[in-house]
Amino acid sequence: MTSDQTPLLSVRDLKVSFTLDEGLVRAVDGTSFDVMPGQVLGVVGESGCGKSVTMRAILQLVERPGRITGGEIRFRRRDGGEPVDLARLSPRGAEMRDIRGGEIALIPQEPMAAFSPVHTVGDQIVEAIQLHSHRWEAGGRKLSRRDARDITVGLFRDVGISMPEQRVDAFSWQLSGGLRQRAMIAMALSCKPSLLIADEPTTAIDVTTQAQVLALLRDLQAKYNTAIIFITHDLGVIAQMASYVVVMYLGRVMEEGPVDEIFHAPKHPYTKALLRSIPSLYGETRVALPVISGALPHPFNRPPGCPFHPRCPDVMERCSAAVPSLQPVAPNQLASCFLYHDQADAG
Amino acid sequence: MSAPPAMSEPLLDVRGLQKFFPITKGFLQRTVGHVRAVDGVDFTVNEGETLGLVGESGCGKTTASRCILRAVDPTGGEILYRTRAGKVVDLATLSSSELLPLRTEIQMIFQDPFGSLNPRMTLLDNVGEPLLVNGIGNRRERTDRVAELLRLVGLRPEFMHRFPHAFSGGQRQRIAIARALATNPRLVVADEPVSALDVSIQAQVLNLLLELQSRLKLTFLFVAHDLSVVRHISDRIAVMYVGQLVELAPTAEIFGQPQHPYTAALMRAVPVADPRVRTADGILGGEVPSPAAPPSGCYFHPRCRHAVARCRVEAPELREIAPGHFTRCHLAGEVTF
Ligand SMILES: Nc1ncnc2c1ncn2[C@@H]1O[C@H](COP(=O)(O)OP(=O)(O)OP(=O)(O)O)[C@@H](O)[C@H]1O
Ligand SMILES: Nc1ncnc2c1ncn2[C@@H]1O[C@H](COP(=O)(O)OP(=O)(O)OP(=O)(O)O)[C@@H](O)[C@H]1O
Ligand code: SF4
Ligand code: SF4
Ligand SMILES: [Mg+2]
Ligand SMILES: [Mg+2]
Repeated sequence: MTSDQTPLLSVRDLKVSFTLDEGLVRAVDGTSFDVMPGQVLGVVGESGCGKSVTMRAILQLVERPGRITGGEIRFRRRDGGEPVDLARLSPRGAEMRDIRGGEIALIPQEPMAAFSPVHTVGDQIVEAIQLHSHRWEAGGRKLSRRDARDITVGLFRDVGISMPEQRVDAFSWQLSGGLRQRAMIAMALSCKPSLLIADEPTTAIDVTTQAQVLALLRDLQAKYNTAIIFITHDLGVIAQMASYVVVMYLGRVMEEGPVDEIFHAPKHPYTKALLRSIPSLYGETRVALPVISGALPHPFNRPPGCPFHPRCPDVMERCSAAVPSLQPVAPNQLASCFLYHDQADAG
Repeated sequence: MSAPPAMSEPLLDVRGLQKFFPITKGFLQRTVGHVRAVDGVDFTVNEGETLGLVGESGCGKTTASRCILRAVDPTGGEILYRTRAGKVVDLATLSSSELLPLRTEIQMIFQDPFGSLNPRMTLLDNVGEPLLVNGIGNRRERTDRVAELLRLVGLRPEFMHRFPHAFSGGQRQRIAIARALATNPRLVVADEPVSALDVSIQAQVLNLLLELQSRLKLTFLFVAHDLSVVRHISDRIAVMYVGQLVELAPTAEIFGQPQHPYTAALMRAVPVADPRVRTADGILGGEVPSPAAPPSGCYFHPRCRHAVARCRVEAPELREIAPGHFTRCHLAGEVTF
């Protein structure tokens, strides 16, 4: 947000809610952040804080009864020109379809859901490449199946799948967790995206496989200079992958800044508490860990004022009365907390 | 919090444990092979200590735990357990009627607090069930005991008439812990008890387990795949790979000087929660082999960067390389991993 570059993606005051019989779930409640070209942005937050819904909103994939109720999602398209507000595009319209999968690709949280079980992974990627032929062929000529298949084999090789010529003919359920994850990354790269959204891409896999996939994503990022939004609740993964970090809680950004500041000079009480509560590989063992008291509130029962106030060790009187807005608190760092400023949100 | 207990006779002594599952094929369910889910697990657990059991998905942690609880019958090996009465019995071979009186002494906590609690029963019935099943106390006494247990895990006794769905994930795990403690067990086998919890809640549950252990003199077998969590809670750590125990040592020692290449690789793979510390090079390549068709010789040889010709043909035995430090590697002691 502080760089003089222009952002590739700029999310401003995004709101997404689900209207259920039991009440209104404000899953995303005024989230703002920027993604710079080629940057790895880490989004961290506990279960249910709205990470996945935010990403689905960017792709206009929020399912009913959910809908985007406010804010802007400005995206700079590859052809130059003024940024488009994705929040205003029709979810099924031609432009959104072209951007989705064409310029912004998603590695979804559920690995099994990403591939159809009745077609081979290769066929599914070949189809995606043919659909976005103009990204591979100047002049917009549609690629032949054969050419698309060659590209797919190359992508499989790029993501470190051994015997790629054979593996493209496998069904997703025949691949191990690690290979399926790699195939999914190949699928995401098949349209040469300028923005890759990886929603907990390593949560379901083992630590040694995770290390392989993280190294792979780092290499691909360096090679293609793709911007990546990397979502996880694992602070270790964030520390190793991201250059800039957004910390979310109950649908709002609590703090954001460069990775080193977030880990070594956190400002927001939630960020500080979160960092203290994880057991480290170096700390003293078998002692009580500092805890964040209380539990995450139920989505129907959002606390008034600062969403963190019922659990905050530094809570003050006004914290339950007004919602702190996201403001600069240090060079390069922003936080939503009245300890640092007195700017409240209007809504 | 508590010093590792002095070497006494172990509470649990597992020797050469094996559990094979048949692979069947066709209409006649012909057995065409075996999944060697657990194939050579040896460890002891001393009274009052926590032994951490780690390893990647499918290495047999849950199966080994289920053997100890006799939720499945082991294929081979011994599970020697010292009862409250001081008698050593082999849990692997006891009949179900002989096991019955021991059911109160050994309890389990599962990863998924949703699955282990009955959604149609109140907390009173969920937490009190082990008492009912083992015929302990009348309704009045059970109610008092449940109130006491809820207080013990930091929940209000008034909650006992509510149903599990009214509680958060962390609270449900507390309920499951209360239930496991109902019969005053000596040994608690916890299979990934914090893996499904958010980080802020995970710390609460880990603290609770440590506190209960020192208060009630509990012995834990703590199964997990998160090395930071296991390191935090365990006195000693056992590492499994493809059904076998490959290393066992006191926590500080196994982290300081791992004596098995797999343990060393596992530790290097953990992403460190500090951007100034870059996770080390030497990422382990390849994939975990299937326990239905493990490699020849040392099961780790296809991925081991130290492997020598001998490793492909000769299976290493688990051996004690330093007092209390066991490893299953031909080169341990000669090479630093
Ligand atoms: N289809 C839906 N219907 C109703 N509520 C929903 C739906 N999808 C998400 N929500 C709610 O929106 C909130 C945010 O959910 P989201 O999936 O974005 O969380 P998350 O941060 O990705 O969590 P996790 O780490 O568990 O993936 C949650 O309270 C969730 O219950
Ligand atoms: N009932 C069963 N029938 C056949 N195979 C089984 C059965 N239970 C487990 N297995 C197999 O035994 C092996 C060990 O499984 P187990 O569940 O013990 O592993 P784990 O270490 O607990 O893994 P995770 O970390 O995923 O929980 C796996 O290959 C598994 O597929
Ligand atoms: S605004 Fe108040 S309650 Fe919220 S984090 Fe800051 S001090 Fe805590
Ligand atoms: S026995 Fe050989 S292959 Fe196995 S871990 Fe030791 S060095 Fe590696
Ligand atoms: Mg999610
Ligand atoms: Mg398991």
